[in-house]
Amino acid sequence: MMDLLKDFKNPESMKGFAREIERLSRKYSLQANFMEVCGGHTHVIARYSLEQLLPPEIRFIHGPGCPVCILPKGRVDHAVILSERKDTIVVTVGDMIRVPGTEKSLEKARSEGRDIRTVYSPLEALEIAKSSTEKKVIYFAIGFETTTPSTALIIEKTIQSGLKNLFFYTNHVLVPPVLEAILSDSTHKIGGFIAPSHVSVITGSEVYRPLCEKHGLPVVVAGFESGDIMQAVYMLVKQLAEKRCELEVQYDRCVTENGNIKSQDLVSRYFVLEESFEWRGPGFIEKSSLRLRDEYDFLNAAVVFREYLPEIHTDDHRLCLCSEILKGKKRPADCRVFRTRCTPDNPLGACMVSGEGACAAYYKYGRTG
Amino acid sequence: MCLAVPFKILSIAEDGKNAVAECMGVKKEISLELMDSEVSPGDYILIHVGLAIRKINTDAAERTLKDHRQMAEIYRQMNS
Repeated sequence: MMDLLKDFKNPESMKGFAREIERLSRKYSLQANFMEVCGGHTHVIARYSLEQLLPPEIRFIHGPGCPVCILPKGRVDHAVILSERKDTIVVTVGDMIRVPGTEKSLEKARSEGRDIRTVYSPLEALEIAKSSTEKKVIYFAIGFETTTPSTALIIEKTIQSGLKNLFFYTNHVLVPPVLEAILSDSTHKIGGFIAPSHVSVITGSEVYRPLCEKHGLPVVVAGFESGDIMQAVYMLVKQLAEKRCELEVQYDRCVTENGNIKSQDLVSRYFVLEESFEWRGPGFIEKSSLRLRDEYDFLNAAVVFREYLPEIHTDDHRLCLCSEILKGKKRPADCRVFRTRCTPDNPLGACMVSGEGACAAYYKYGRTG
Repeated sequence: MCLAVPFKILSIAEDGKNAVAECMGVKKEISLELMDSEVSPGDYILIHVGLAIRKINTDAAERTLKDHRQMAEIYRQMNS
């Protein structure tokens, strides 16, 4: 009987892939940096020391796929401001509560008596709103394409149920535009992409075709387990050895060409492309996020509470190298504040904010960079 | 954040919107409302934040595992 978790991280398979990667890279004198886009992949790479299995000429570049890390401080500040209104409950997911704003995190605001709740599933926000009708409940939504359908679903349920006290402050970002932005810097060092697992379940693999065709870079959509990532690296190296540049799917047990159409339709019913969104690290990127459609302004916390939410812009620390790390030009150990002044308890830059950021993953698993 | 975990469906509610599913001995009630294909008890589904987002293609999973076993064999042979 197949075990869909354990069987894909067999140490002997991973070492077998590593041997083949080394054999091909030596035989064809290959040297390449592959960007794993997803923060979940970054975490697995650090946790299982996958880079140590690879020959030195094949390296990982840790990409921008951690939605907690890339959220600018001003957005956290908005969540804090909303929580400080006396009639509100702010609901958010996991790691978000720890992320420092300009002055404080949501965790700190909660310790000061604000009603801030973390949930495992966004659907819980509906229950909170139903049981707290005297309060305004604000769901602080973050995430890439994987998570946006769940927000769209609770928006639909809010409308259907006639709930009047649930609002949405959304920060839903998109993978392809940030990759385009990174590649627009002609000095980038990326030689191929390990594309995300679960973003691709929703979007389908075809969204990455321009990376191959326009930028001439091989792309392999990889599963979430360590063995999946090693196989994806092997597939990329094999493409380079055979002088191919193709879009391939290693994670075909879950990813199709066109993705989950029902989820895509649900998202486009409620969301539309935002003109520009500020990413912590890469900065402003055009058409790289979604916002609620105008007809749903009555649910949009950024509109309903507009008068309390000033525009806030806070730069990362001047010594922080996150934007260079996200382009693959620098590694965490190149940064003067890594491990010294910048730690998971006091992150100075985006990559240290959550366990899915490159610096935080290196810090946690003792990688020197 | 984009973590998703494979669960096995144990039962499906009458309205088809929810299911009880299990992973490593943990049973959870999950929503099927984002699913774009029919599922039945015994199927494996991928769960993200409490919602099923994809039925897992076990034939494809088996093919991938075959590649992995082949690599394990290469490793064992080189070390024997």
